[in-house]
Amino acid sequence: MGRELTPYLVLVFVGFLPNEIWRLLGLLVGGGLDEDSEVIIWVRAVAVAVLAAVIAKLVLVPPGALAAVPLVVRLGAIGCGYMAYALARQSVFTGLVAGEAALIVGGLLFPS
Amino acid sequence: MRDGWPAEPAIPVPPAPTQPSIQSSAAAFLAGLLASCRSVFALVLVGTYVGIGALGHDYGFSLPWLIASTVLIWAGPAQVILISALATGAALFEVALAVFLSSVRFLPMVVTLLPLLRGPRTQLSDLLVPAHLTSASMWVESFRLLPPLPREQRIPFCNGLAIGLMLWGHIGSVIGFYLAASLPALLTAALLFLTPMSFLVSTARNSVTLANRLALALGLVISPLLVYFQIGLDLIWTGVIAGSAAYIVQRLRGAS
Repeated sequence: MGRELTPYLVLVFVGFLPNEIWRLLGLLVGGGLDEDSEVIIWVRAVAVAVLAAVIAKLVLVPPGALAAVPLVVRLGAIGCGYMAYALARQSVFTGLVAGEAALIVGGLLFPS
Repeated sequence: MRDGWPAEPAIPVPPAPTQPSIQSSAAAFLAGLLASCRSVFALVLVGTYVGIGALGHDYGFSLPWLIASTVLIWAGPAQVILISALATGAALFEVALAVFLSSVRFLPMVVTLLPLLRGPRTQLSDLLVPAHLTSASMWVESFRLLPPLPREQRIPFCNGLAIGLMLWGHIGSVIGFYLAASLPALLTAALLFLTPMSFLVSTARNSVTLANRLALALGLVISPLLVYFQIGLDLIWTGVIAGSAAYIVQRLRGAS
């Protein structure tokens, strides 16, 4: 086994293919669907809910260095970010900055 | 040119009135590329991929591998799962399944994007590239930017937009990879936090219908419950349960 090649084979079979299946399925399933059909409205709601699940999992079961920040800080920061976004007339940037600031301040106040 | 005649009438040009010209496709691609620079996601992707680049460096992956993973996978959460799970010694099948589950959102994303991209003469092969390039950031920006465009410009514009966003991601990966040695842990955490924070507010902003707003709120509540009770396939179940409940509520509201 070549040291150079193996990580790329893993990337293709363990990363690329399992991920790409959904896009290809979407391409095949989406062949005959209308933009405003009931199925599309339902599928769009499912997509938003899956995205919500990814967001929740990234906060609750986070990757790498984020896991070192206490859960209460992560939850507080995402709450702060959302509040700032809502108060700033739905400004995505304001929400991001507020959430990030809260995470850093919280991480400094409550080191793990 | 103005009235539609070829500029050089001496050279016979095969008429192709049904195909969009290469020039206008290239212009639309460039316009998409430039639009990516004005997108809030450019900053978000730099930040997210700085985190991924740093994570990859810490776990011993090479920079070319990280760049290749972005080109091939183009999904922050899936890449984070792949990198961290491989590095922590999970079985390859388990890693593949986790990546598979984390990416279920691409099915409805591609399905809902297609009607926006498809024109009367669009071939399935024309849609392969935009389907591969579909990501949360590209999806949100496509729904914002594509509707005013003529049908024949949408696919090249969308490809340019997504490739532009991906280039911002590559820039982030390179920065993160080389910063990783000196980046404080809390700053890396803050960069990894960009993904959930930005996805939350941008999805909230983009959810204009009752069904989508409810799906977001219900998904945020149901997903942790399923994870807590260790129900398998929690992403799929969250999507189906929260999405369907939200859809039904909207239908009932509309019917009354």
